[in-house]
Amino acid sequence: MTDVEKCSRRHTIAALVDNESGVLARVIGLFSGRGYNIESLTVAETNPSEKVSRITIVTSGTPMVIEQIKAQLGRLVPVHKVGDLTIEGPHVERELALIKVAGTGEPRVESLRIADIFRARVVDSTNDSFVFELTGASSKLDAFVDLMKPLGLVDVSRTGIVAISRGAESL
Amino acid sequence: MNGAEIIIRSLVDQGVEVIFGYPGGAVLPIYDAIFGQNKLRHILVRHEQGAVHAAEGYARSTGKVGAVLVTSGPGATNAVTGLTDALMDSIPIVCITGQVATHLIGNDAFQEADTTGITRPCTKHNYLVKSADDVARVVHEAFYVARSGRPGPVVIDMPKDVQLAKGDYVGPETVAHRTYQPRIQGEPSAIERAVKLIAGAKRPIFYTGGGVINAGPEASARLIEFARMTGVPVTNTLMGLGAFPGSDPQFVGMLGMHGTYEANKAMHDCDVMVCLGARFDDRITGRLDAFSPNSQKIHVDIDPSSINKNVSVDVPIIGDVGAVLGDMIEIWKRDGLKTDSQALKAWWGTIDEWRSIKCLSYDQDETTIKPQYAIERLYDLTKDRETFITTEVGQHQMWAAQFYKFETPNHWMTSGGLGTMGYGMPAAIGVQLAHPDALVVDIAGEASILMCIQELSTAAQYNLPIKVFVLNNEYMGMVRQWQELLHGGRYSESYSEALPDFVKLAEAFGVKGLRAERPDQVDGLIEEMVNTDGPVLADVRVDKVENCFPMIPSGSAHDDMILGPVDRAKREVTDAGKALV
Ligand SMILES: Cc1ncc(C[n+]2csc(CCOP(=O)(O)OP(=O)(O)O)c2C)c(N)n1
Ligand SMILES: [Mg+2]
Repeated sequence: MTDVEKCSRRHTIAALVDNESGVLARVIGLFSGRGYNIESLTVAETNPSEKVSRITIVTSGTPMVIEQIKAQLGRLVPVHKVGDLTIEGPHVERELALIKVAGTGEPRVESLRIADIFRARVVDSTNDSFVFELTGASSKLDAFVDLMKPLGLVDVSRTGIVAISRGAESL
Repeated sequence: MNGAEIIIRSLVDQGVEVIFGYPGGAVLPIYDAIFGQNKLRHILVRHEQGAVHAAEGYARSTGKVGAVLVTSGPGATNAVTGLTDALMDSIPIVCITGQVATHLIGNDAFQEADTTGITRPCTKHNYLVKSADDVARVVHEAFYVARSGRPGPVVIDMPKDVQLAKGDYVGPETVAHRTYQPRIQGEPSAIERAVKLIAGAKRPIFYTGGGVINAGPEASARLIEFARMTGVPVTNTLMGLGAFPGSDPQFVGMLGMHGTYEANKAMHDCDVMVCLGARFDDRITGRLDAFSPNSQKIHVDIDPSSINKNVSVDVPIIGDVGAVLGDMIEIWKRDGLKTDSQALKAWWGTIDEWRSIKCLSYDQDETTIKPQYAIERLYDLTKDRETFITTEVGQHQMWAAQFYKFETPNHWMTSGGLGTMGYGMPAAIGVQLAHPDALVVDIAGEASILMCIQELSTAAQYNLPIKVFVLNNEYMGMVRQWQELLHGGRYSESYSEALPDFVKLAEAFGVKGLRAERPDQVDGLIEEMVNTDGPVLADVRVDKVENCFPMIPSGSAHDDMILGPVDRAKREVTDAGKALV
């Protein structure tokens, strides 16, 4: 491992942006153009009356790189605010996954049993398949997906992480 | 009004007097609107790259936003080099591009290009306008964005149907960007800390860049005032020349790869470095891990992303450098501060020793014109007039920076960040339009000048008396120099086997052509050039193999520079150094 990798750390960054065309391309282009990595990125409009969206990006880098990422995001014209949830105090991270498992007989029953333990919900069911919905920390989703592999895992769709700080403060 | 008329009205209300452009199908309605008015002057360039460089020259020499109008597709793609240049050097530009009609976008229509997609990484911001009612707001917002904070180019992509549709006009006063509000005033406590550091310094230096020029003449005046109060030596980056008087004894010259020995040594040995509106780029710092190892660093910049990007600093101050300098001066006066005069005297003593090496000296004999000599003569014979200098890119550019002394800001335009060959002549055209009575000289290389030579036609059409001063060494000299130093003298493709006869070329464009081949012809050529009413192209035949020194080879530290040919013989550049540009 190089020195840079050693002090590299994962950060969850939130940005409030004008929901205008091209804004996501601008953010993604910034990351690819400057060689920053994106572990996950989620975006949706969170304030329709003001047309503001919230982007949550999980990235990793040395403290200097993370500072750069925030400064570079902050100077994009349609970006209002940038927060680093990882360093700004305690926060909650969640991810949602839809997981399709196909099979019959014992494996099918087993998948349902495990789903129950993980508190996954069945949102679609046919004679030979289930679609489970599961919310939680990414590691929990990983664990569930791993357990489904031998039981007929067909498809996984994940949202990527959304995050919010704990307590009464806004971003 | 239709969308096209709204554009013209918005530009006029933004104070635009000159727009550089080139017509085409997708901007015909705008050209129609230009035809019916006389408030906005259109300058027809010969290539869209030239339009953007001309607007850059106009902007940089006036402090105003430069305006450009080009058609869709190839018009827009031709503008990309200029836009990138303006982004790298923080030049405010608004560039209007035509676009195919809204319903055709995405259909690979004739002359369609994804202009907002292509220009996203090379503009500060861009817009695709979808309704004529949005045109005025977008234009005003674009000017605000282009000039605010760290300036830069903004593209407005205008579909042809939007140009033709009727819409409502709103004036500039109604528009402010909702959220883009760059910070102007620096953090007071940080400024206090910075001033204390400066007062306590024993070997301080002011390292100032293009940000001081962008912050306006007031910022330069404050820099001079603060430098006088403190007695601190001043060095400028390539982009910052002119912010501090070039002939002033307190000026230690340009720093960086081809900066002076004294400037780079002072950067290396200082104990307090005050970086004002510069960005620690690789041409400045040399080898990063050996960059000014023992100094405390203060960095003032309007762009938070410039701070701690390459070099981590002790006192970051985000704000307009003019405003921050104003605050520093006030605190200095308020507290009756003084620098340690004993220490500064010793520091100046050291600097004077470095100076005594005379790192810029060269040998001028009687037969071959040294490029340095040509520029020194140009300086001597033009310094008493109002003169603006633009350059192309290469050795001549570095010699111009070393040998032409700039006393005031906004008189030096060069392509720093992108290093764009072809920049200088169109930039000179832009400067000349803004300053019709001034002398405007493009110090050029014979290779670079051919990259936008077509603009000579623009100069001829408007009888713009620009002077193109070509230092013709028949080589892409800077490439040849690197090949000599780093690649064993294998001059791969850097010699121009077929050059035009520049005098005849000038004449073919309807422009006066001059030539000098011997040192004793240089003064006469310059006199004739500057005393000619119209545009001139001068072919100055210089030493073909002169190298530009001093030089910090890529991958080396500031205190490890090559001073000249003799010094060079002792040097090996490492493979790691070779990998750097
Ligand atoms: C558009 C562009 N292409 C290539 C380069 C690389 N380059 C830098 S300097 C140079 C040679 C310039 O030659 P010339 O204009 O004759 O100037 P000289 O160095 O001889 O003074 C080249 C090719 C560049 N800077 N810009
Ligand atoms: Mg040359």
